[in-house]
Amino acid sequence: MVPNLLLTFTGIVVVVSPAALLMMLGLTTLFRYKLSEVAISRFAQTCSITGLVSSLCILSFMLVSGVRDVPLEFGNWVSLHHLSDSSGFESESPESPKQSHGDADSHVHQAGEFHLRMKFVFDRLSIPFAVMSFVLCGVIGSFAVKYLHLEPGYNRFFLFFSIFQLGMIWSSLAGTIETLFFSWELVGLSSALLVAYYHDRPSPVQNGLRVWAVYRIADAAFLVAALSLHHLSGSGDFTVMMGEGDWPFGKVVITEQQALLVGLLLLVAAAGKSALVPFSGWLPRAMEGPTPSSAVFYGALSVHLGAFLLLRVSPLLEASAILSGCVVALGLVTMIFATMATRVQSDVKSALSYASLIQVSIIVVEIGLGLRYIPLIHIIGHACIRTLQLVRAPSLLKDYSSLENAIGDHLPPAPSIWQRWFAPSTRERFYRFAWERGYMDSILDDFVVQPFVHIFRCANRIELHCERLLEGRSHSSAVAKKERRKP
Amino acid sequence: MLIVEQMHFPWLECSIVFPIIGAIACIFTRDKMAAQRVAIVVSSVTLFFTLAEWYDFSLLNTFEAHDNWDFVRWVFGHDIFVIDELSAPLLPLTSLLYLLTIFTTLNTKLGRFSFGWTLLSQAIVLSTLSCRSPWVLVQLMFISCIPPWLELRRRGASTRIFSIHMGLFIAMLASGLFLLENIELPGFLAWVPAAMITGAAVLRAGVFPLHLWMTNLFEHATFGTSLLFVTPMTGAYLIVHLVVPFVPAWAMQSIALISLVTAVYAAGMATIQTDARRFFCFLFLSHGSLVLIGLEVVTTVGLTGALCVWISMAISLGGFGLTLRAIESRIGRTSLDRFQGMYEHSPTLAGLFLLMGLASIGFPGTVGFVGLELLIEGAVGVYPVTGLAVVIVAMLNGIAVMRAYFRIFTGRKFQTSAILRSRRSERFSVIILTFLVLGGGLWPQPGIESRRHAAESLMKIRRDSLRAMERKNP
Repeated sequence: MVPNLLLTFTGIVVVVSPAALLMMLGLTTLFRYKLSEVAISRFAQTCSITGLVSSLCILSFMLVSGVRDVPLEFGNWVSLHHLSDSSGFESESPESPKQSHGDADSHVHQAGEFHLRMKFVFDRLSIPFAVMSFVLCGVIGSFAVKYLHLEPGYNRFFLFFSIFQLGMIWSSLAGTIETLFFSWELVGLSSALLVAYYHDRPSPVQNGLRVWAVYRIADAAFLVAALSLHHLSGSGDFTVMMGEGDWPFGKVVITEQQALLVGLLLLVAAAGKSALVPFSGWLPRAMEGPTPSSAVFYGALSVHLGAFLLLRVSPLLEASAILSGCVVALGLVTMIFATMATRVQSDVKSALSYASLIQVSIIVVEIGLGLRYIPLIHIIGHACIRTLQLVRAPSLLKDYSSLENAIGDHLPPAPSIWQRWFAPSTRERFYRFAWERGYMDSILDDFVVQPFVHIFRCANRIELHCERLLEGRSHSSAVAKKERRKP
Repeated sequence: MLIVEQMHFPWLECSIVFPIIGAIACIFTRDKMAAQRVAIVVSSVTLFFTLAEWYDFSLLNTFEAHDNWDFVRWVFGHDIFVIDELSAPLLPLTSLLYLLTIFTTLNTKLGRFSFGWTLLSQAIVLSTLSCRSPWVLVQLMFISCIPPWLELRRRGASTRIFSIHMGLFIAMLASGLFLLENIELPGFLAWVPAAMITGAAVLRAGVFPLHLWMTNLFEHATFGTSLLFVTPMTGAYLIVHLVVPFVPAWAMQSIALISLVTAVYAAGMATIQTDARRFFCFLFLSHGSLVLIGLEVVTTVGLTGALCVWISMAISLGGFGLTLRAIESRIGRTSLDRFQGMYEHSPTLAGLFLLMGLASIGFPGTVGFVGLELLIEGAVGVYPVTGLAVVIVAMLNGIAVMRAYFRIFTGRKFQTSAILRSRRSERFSVIILTFLVLGGGLWPQPGIESRRHAAESLMKIRRDSLRAMERKNP
């Protein structure tokens, strides 16, 4: 009894500590109370350390006791019961929607309830990921204290940092798909805002918007997948959706086709978050933010969130061989692309971001091949080493510069295997392809964004024309009126 | 049929009469600042009345109730102003929006914004949202069009688009009601009155392609007037009271389809707008259409979702509009085709803008999230493609909101010698709206439960009404 209570209390501390940081910074911002840099950094460090120590306590308990799954229930966030009389079409014709689409509504009809549950789970997947997130967020929080000292946006950075940390920790520990979606969105929002941190210049802002747009597409796919899973399995709880049995031994209760459909949607969500092809364009753009956020959060933490999602829903992959094949194929394509792109980057952060992507795509391939613990270990190892590299990168460049100054020349370039294998024209073509980042951004711009913008701009012009017609004024008079308005 | 349940005080009548008295006082007050003070006091007291009315009504535990010492009932012999589960939270919410609009009107706008007409329109909207008599509803709808129309004229703008649309709306509504009550049409013509009322309601809601009046109004009237004319969503209220109870399934499906097209179209248009007012108008249209989709899905879940989104969008888009208005008061008409860089001058407004925008798109943890989830759940249950389209709409609106945020507040440093920081009244509004948005998002159960009750009551009314019609025309 006492260990259980203690475990619950420790679990609550893990979940609440990042939320407390957000609440503290959010409320002081709302009431315009200016905290000092020291106060902010101490509070951030306290929350990270408290959360880390508590999660390590739970990990120790799990290792000692042999318990592999510790759920933490917060009950129903929203709960609606007795929804059985749901249709207003009951007394109508046989062609009424209820009858024609009865199956789709069966979740609500049969179960007679709707609820969104708040549940966290400490298991072999979530605990290592949460510990890693606390460690890296704590380290980067400390690094940022010095890095952003006297910056005007110091407070703003830590506010977004707290949202990011909350999103990462809750994503790691989410026991229901609703909780995961909630925290997944928090990560997306904070990422976009952190990319646009230096918001006095247009470039970071444009990149922030790009990141946000990609995340919104991923989030839309996630939401549809979540709702579909909710409908198919009748619950948002991972233990129900992914079958009984601790991770990674669950067996899904849905059919292969259903697993393929939902899995593909989740793969789109994961691809958006982990910058897999065709969404890879946002990753180097995310490097526009300050090093603590852009480099570490995207290069080391949130870029792994997609892979984490695939691990969390791994029973779905086991239910469909085609889905596993798609995951492997996507990983391979991304790997080849990132390998080429990373070799031609002209700045260290972009090169490291593509290097991250290579590792992430390998992790995705591993997941697709049915491995479970290896990708998890790979994620943790890669995140730690990449953090070190990214934080070290600026000073490493300085070291290189000192070295070159000392020897009085550039360091000799390493011989490339490409020079022996390919003719210069072929190499040039590959170089161009890699330099243009696989033309992915251009393809998306030319074939998706531009037609969309063109269509709606046309519609806008037609509307304005109709308005002029209805108002009974000609185009020239409208232009003249506008001219008169100008100072 | 007379309603038995009655409240402990004539809250409804007080909340309607008090703004009328305040409007008269404001019209005769020459000093604009004094008029604003009067309007703030009147609007605050009205908000108190409506809150008390909601509380009193919730104690009765019934679907509908009327005032104690009901003067209107005594005069006319039947219930005209009634509070029900649907309108109970809408009345204080509308009052709050009016109060915040009046409260946050800056001195630079005092010359153009009429407090007298605003209070009068508050009285009209509150009457509309509590009106049970269809013919009084028609009259109120007609009267509600007068203040914006007069403002358009006063500002020298063309009133033709507004007049055509609103004239058509009133004509269709009145003719539909007249046919429904007085003439029994044979065969398929029997549905003509219902179609006319439905057409009128969707016109007032601004469904594509009948939405030009809304963009025109936003472009030519003051932002405050436009905001207060559209935000209470009286078109949706018409649909709930005059369309949902008796319109057949095929008609509801058709409206759902049109609303869906509007939602997608308006969301797409919002992403490419270069004028902040037009952007807001399309964002509003898109969200308003989502509410209509939920209303027309007619399942308890969908209807609950629609009613929740209705409340959440009134709060979030109301706050969003007020923020945009505050920005306009500082830098004039706001363009979205270049960066404005207002963040350094007004970080509070920037925060509120972002928070309200996120709430409007149903971001988790805000007031819009659960409503949107329920709406999608309900829509997927009846038309799976609709659910998918609603998700796409939310996605596009999310991109549009963030684009607007970046364009208005970031991208460069706005150079000015003027002090543009937020005023005390604006900060107060920020705190109120933030608590509503986050409070409703983090503790949604009471609000959802109340909307579920309202949805179930509406479903029951619809079933009873359809059965009665079947008995009448087997």
